[in-house]
Amino acid sequence: MGNARNLADNLPVTGASSNRNLIINGGFQVFQRASAVTTVPQGPAGYYSTADRWKMYSNTGGGTSHTTERSTDTPSGSGFSLKSVVTSANSSLSSGHYANFDHYIEAQNCQHLAYGTAAAKTLTVSFFVKSNKTGIYTIALYKPDTTAYMYTKEYTINSANTWEKKTITITPTAGGTSFITSSGGAIANDNGLGLGLSFNQAMGSTFSGGTSDVWGLGSDWNYSTTNAVNWMDTVGNTFYLAEVQLELGSKATPFEHEPVGVTLSKCQRYYYKWSSSGLSDNIYVRSPYVHGAPNTSASAAYTFPVTMRANPTMGGAVGLSLSRFTSSVNNAVAQIGTSGSAGAFSLTAWEADAELSL
Amino acid sequence: MSITNVKYVLDDDGNNCQVKSTINGQEMYVPMSEDNRHWRDIQKWVADGNTIEEAG
Repeated sequence: MGNARNLADNLPVTGASSNRNLIINGGFQVFQRASAVTTVPQGPAGYYSTADRWKMYSNTGGGTSHTTERSTDTPSGSGFSLKSVVTSANSSLSSGHYANFDHYIEAQNCQHLAYGTAAAKTLTVSFFVKSNKTGIYTIALYKPDTTAYMYTKEYTINSANTWEKKTITITPTAGGTSFITSSGGAIANDNGLGLGLSFNQAMGSTFSGGTSDVWGLGSDWNYSTTNAVNWMDTVGNTFYLAEVQLELGSKATPFEHEPVGVTLSKCQRYYYKWSSSGLSDNIYVRSPYVHGAPNTSASAAYTFPVTMRANPTMGGAVGLSLSRFTSSVNNAVAQIGTSGSAGAFSLTAWEADAELSL
Repeated sequence: MSITNVKYVLDDDGNNCQVKSTINGQEMYVPMSEDNRHWRDIQKWVADGNTIEEAG
């Protein structure tokens, strides 16, 4: 009976029994860009700088900064978490200041939520969090399509430097039936932004006019509430996040650990970084090494490992000055402007970025 | 986001097919697609009074 009870407690009450997690890389296994940055760049647009699929926002005033990195400090003692440390503090946030981690979910992956109908589904987000700074923090869920709506919810870090599991249930009718269950709550069935989940660390007054556990107009940008702490206030403040899961239903099931190859493949729909390990696996834009040389080919095509969300931006090209670097969702073509018989030319690295954004 | 040096790139038929730009200090080749976040940022940059340089 005890085993049966344990099994029942760990099963979802609704939705699929696998691939439940709407968050990609919620276990922070994949860091294609970098495993750490010493300063999250300042700026309103935010930056994808370390963990795949996680966008870091730091707009906290000149001179303030914090890091982000992959950490082996985890609730289970294995795997990874995402860690931030304040390196230059801002103890008095201006109205427009903010610092947060965002995760964006593609709209066509949100269709089973039935947002925009009376049958809209309840969601549950669960995660582990740890900080030296205790107090009230907030998450936000942003839905931009049709009419933009935003939901915020407070949670409390009770004990300093201790992993705590938080579970937040987001009902579509929180705050009323004129939001998510109305026609304005609909999410388009396309490759654009469906939902954005924010973990807020600091929010100025412009972004903290929300009421906990209530949907409101997205145009109000109420990411947070006035009760939330300013995590940016002291040098050395830490913030760890691990095992983030957003799933259908009112119950948080155990975190769905995926094989790293599965998570990497999911991440590569949005960002792919390629590099050559040397001569043996170079792809030549122009090469004299083939039969019949001189070869005057001046372009090379690269096939992406998975179909990308949209035509990606091509960047990070190393090894050649290119005249074009075009892309589709399937492949990219690098081209040099002149052709000739001499020399071998190849790229040794590049990256393709089809990430979602606000 | 820092956007500078934005210039159209031509395809083999002489049509604009993408823009080459320096974004946050990195050279990037941006498809002219509303699905692409960098292209949307460049459109905002244009709306702020900036101009994309013609290819050539």
